[in-house]
Amino acid sequence: MKCNRLVDVGRRQFLRGGVLGVAGAAAATVLPAGQAQAQQARAMVDYPSNRLGNIADLVVNEPMDIGYPDADSPGILLKIGSPVEGGAGPDGDIVAYSVLCPHKGYYMSYHAADKTLNCPGHFSRFDCEKGGQQVWGHATQNLPQFTLRVDDKGDIYAMGADELIYGRLSNVLEG
Amino acid sequence: MAYKRNIDRLPIIPAGAKEHNVTCHYCIVGCGYTAYTWPLKTQGTTDRNWIGEDLSKQQATDTEAWYAPSMYNVVKQDGKDVHLVIKPDVNCDVNSGLGSIRGARMAENRRSDVTGTQRQRLTEPLVWRYGTWQPTSWDDALDLVARVTAKVIDKDNENDLYVSMFDHGGSAGGYENTWGTGKLYFESMKVKHCRIHNRPAYMSEVHSSRDMGVDELNYNYADYEVTDTIFLVGTNPMECQTNLFLNHMVKGMQNGARVVISDPRRTVTVDSCEQVAGAENVLHLPITTGSDVALHNTLFTYIADQGWADADFIAASTFQGDVAVAADSAYPAALGSYEAARAACKMSLAEGAAATGLTEAQIIQAAEWIAKPKDDGSRRKCVTGYEKGIIWGNDNYRAIGSLLNIGLATGNVGREGGGVCRLGGHQEGYYRPSDAHVGRPAPYIDQMIIAGGGKVHHIWANDHFKTTLNASEFKRVYNRRSNMVKEAMDARAGATREEMIDAIVGAINAGGLFVVDVDIIHSQIGQAAHVILPAVESGEMNLTSMNGERRLRLTEKYMDAPGSAKPDCMIAAGLAQALERVLREEGRTEYADQFKGYDWATEEDAFMDGYNKGNPEVTYDRLRAMGNNGVLEPVTGFADGKLTGTNRLYEDGVFTRHGREDGKALFCMGEWRGWQAAGKAQQQASHRFLINNGRANMNWQNWFLDQGNEFVMDRFPVPFIQINPDDMAELGLKAGDMVEVHNDVGATQALVYPEPSARPNETFMIFGAPNGAQGNIVNAGVNELILPNYKHTWANIRKISDATPASAAVSYKSWEVEL
Repeated sequence: MKCNRLVDVGRRQFLRGGVLGVAGAAAATVLPAGQAQAQQARAMVDYPSNRLGNIADLVVNEPMDIGYPDADSPGILLKIGSPVEGGAGPDGDIVAYSVLCPHKGYYMSYHAADKTLNCPGHFSRFDCEKGGQQVWGHATQNLPQFTLRVDDKGDIYAMGADELIYGRLSNVLEG
Repeated sequence: MAYKRNIDRLPIIPAGAKEHNVTCHYCIVGCGYTAYTWPLKTQGTTDRNWIGEDLSKQQATDTEAWYAPSMYNVVKQDGKDVHLVIKPDVNCDVNSGLGSIRGARMAENRRSDVTGTQRQRLTEPLVWRYGTWQPTSWDDALDLVARVTAKVIDKDNENDLYVSMFDHGGSAGGYENTWGTGKLYFESMKVKHCRIHNRPAYMSEVHSSRDMGVDELNYNYADYEVTDTIFLVGTNPMECQTNLFLNHMVKGMQNGARVVISDPRRTVTVDSCEQVAGAENVLHLPITTGSDVALHNTLFTYIADQGWADADFIAASTFQGDVAVAADSAYPAALGSYEAARAACKMSLAEGAAATGLTEAQIIQAAEWIAKPKDDGSRRKCVTGYEKGIIWGNDNYRAIGSLLNIGLATGNVGREGGGVCRLGGHQEGYYRPSDAHVGRPAPYIDQMIIAGGGKVHHIWANDHFKTTLNASEFKRVYNRRSNMVKEAMDARAGATREEMIDAIVGAINAGGLFVVDVDIIHSQIGQAAHVILPAVESGEMNLTSMNGERRLRLTEKYMDAPGSAKPDCMIAAGLAQALERVLREEGRTEYADQFKGYDWATEEDAFMDGYNKGNPEVTYDRLRAMGNNGVLEPVTGFADGKLTGTNRLYEDGVFTRHGREDGKALFCMGEWRGWQAAGKAQQQASHRFLINNGRANMNWQNWFLDQGNEFVMDRFPVPFIQINPDDMAELGLKAGDMVEVHNDVGATQALVYPEPSARPNETFMIFGAPNGAQGNIVNAGVNELILPNYKHTWANIRKISDATPASAAVSYKSWEVEL
């Protein structure tokens, strides 16, 4: 039971340590905000379509770690085992969520027994079977869920998110 | 499907954005926030922004450089649209950057013409005309109120004017607004028939504490961090005072404090304490509901018998002798010395266990954690927090008095790591002329209205329909009496002002009630009103309040009022001026003169006329400079550019709240006597389920803004009632089913939420909801001083519907975290 706390401490330190090299390097290549960029700006955020895995990789009720829209935004890909609203795939049961608590950004752990994500920081919890609804907690939004598409080969792609991800003022980081 | 905003990018606060001090206007903790505003067509960038961080990168846990969509809005400031971000202040000692599920929605819960939030806010005065409410000017609305009111009051008799007025800080309360209303009703008038926002009379909720000499807010929050034991009684701070729990109690537990929690149900607070301190350091006492006095008296007896009392403190700071104040109609228990209280409250472990349903071992363990000296002989520090579980529970006066007995006996008042304090609901902000003329016990206003009392009713941000007891009957009578006036007004549509006044007076003389409602929204009791006046909240005005450790701060105005809405103090001033004019016209010169003195241009003028006169060191400029950390009241001076305050009350061991010249605290001589309020034992005997009730963390008070907040209403479309799954099975109930909760005084509705930790036949229902008022089924029983006992209600439960589509979509999982 307590192992999740230890895992979380490690993950938290990682985030606190600012070891976020990939995003930083990418950002450095982007031009400073200016006229050229303003002309290209679009009303909505363009999300990447990222392959997260294949249905064959998933085990029912065992979350797979993912990063979306980029590696610095941790999440899980999960085959619930029974159809849920918003679930993707042939069984309508595949979902993906950010695992940074939208309260203060702590790294949440999955509790398989009741299919919830739980925050070690201040004990908020979110229901993976109900679109990430906060069951109880301090966040002022439900958990960001990633929109999924499954192709005919069983490859699962993330297409977007439905709430702002903790720690970024644009879900797709912009320079 | 869970509500999602589908906001995937927010405007960035630019460097140089305006910053305003904000104290959260919801709960008593008063977390510090900063409101940033900047012009609508400008924004910061990822590399040039308010905080100087590189926002092209993912920010870390606990970052200052992020805000949620709920912390953002577009509002009017000086007539122009501006961006608004209200985010928690990391430099505020109260919350250290933590936001709560309430406060972190402040921006979203502002009215916005651009984003469409809180369109329910009132923007113009409304009067009843042509069979509904019509917008009108302030002059027209106040003139009507003044003319009707003047018909029923006179210099020597204002008893036909009933007034319901908030007494709190925060929100739309505060020192400015309690003074404005207080000056009108307690200085210009001497209104006797009045009540407070959440209870049916005008009185303290903690009479016994004050009578014993102890103000109910005597510590500071840091005392939780340095104590040995946290004793929580009838309070659920993880939900109701969230950041007091997370930012102070948690630190105390991390520093080694143990926790004793007296509560008939296993709350989220119990679970959270176990998570932080380890279950071995948390003692939950699941007492038989209403048996608090028995528990406290047994603990007091045992601690005294063990010799764990603080003899030096008792000798130096408490009354020596026998009885200091005899019991009578104003004092529900005698007050006296330590030894006199020991004799009166004496209760053996066996008697205590029988009354509370606890084991003797549990009571002994609690006593040891609270009072047993440490192995090295040093005293154990214990801080005690209590709230509605006993305030609105059985035998209020003795329950609080018996708890304070333990704190006084162990010397835990006025010392570091100590204090016996209520945890509170709203912030405080009370500054009014004396209320002594109201009397003690105070008149039971809501029952008097039911009995036909009153002709004109002025309501200031009260919603009896959601927050009174015996609410089913109250609503029936109130609607009938106010409708009599509406019908009379409808019958004279087109009449002159004078003719209309005559029609109204005729209706009220026949038993009708003329209703004036001052509020920020069109409330449920407001549906009965004939005149509705729009008020503002903090942030829409400058507003001063103090929190649960007496921390006084100024929330700066950061946006315009909705429409022509005004601060309550300015509305009170306008009403006073209208009354003066009408009375003078009528030739009642001497009476009219009483309504002089309201020539305030701003809320700051009201502050200076009231609070500043009693506290001349305190000004807006000085408070502004003190920022979100403010100053702890009482303010003692001003030096080196700063206000100086009082870190903790009674550090000198001199107790003053009762007004005794000897400065000695008194003990409460209140023996355990079972159910105190009328009708409780009978209702318990004839109904199956206890309908315990209270708050949940996301629904603020009576949901007045939350009922217009999608995030909140998506979670609980109607109020929940938590029921043991075995009871559900027996009644044939599924999660989400709509049930009717009914008893001898009324009925209400709720959705079924399974709660495995609920004891059989003991439910918990959320209080004050707009679409399922729990008060409908609370009987009229009160204590000797008219304190309501909302908590003790019994009823039967029957299914009335399967889950509604909205209720079927929500989560019914346990609230307890699994790590």
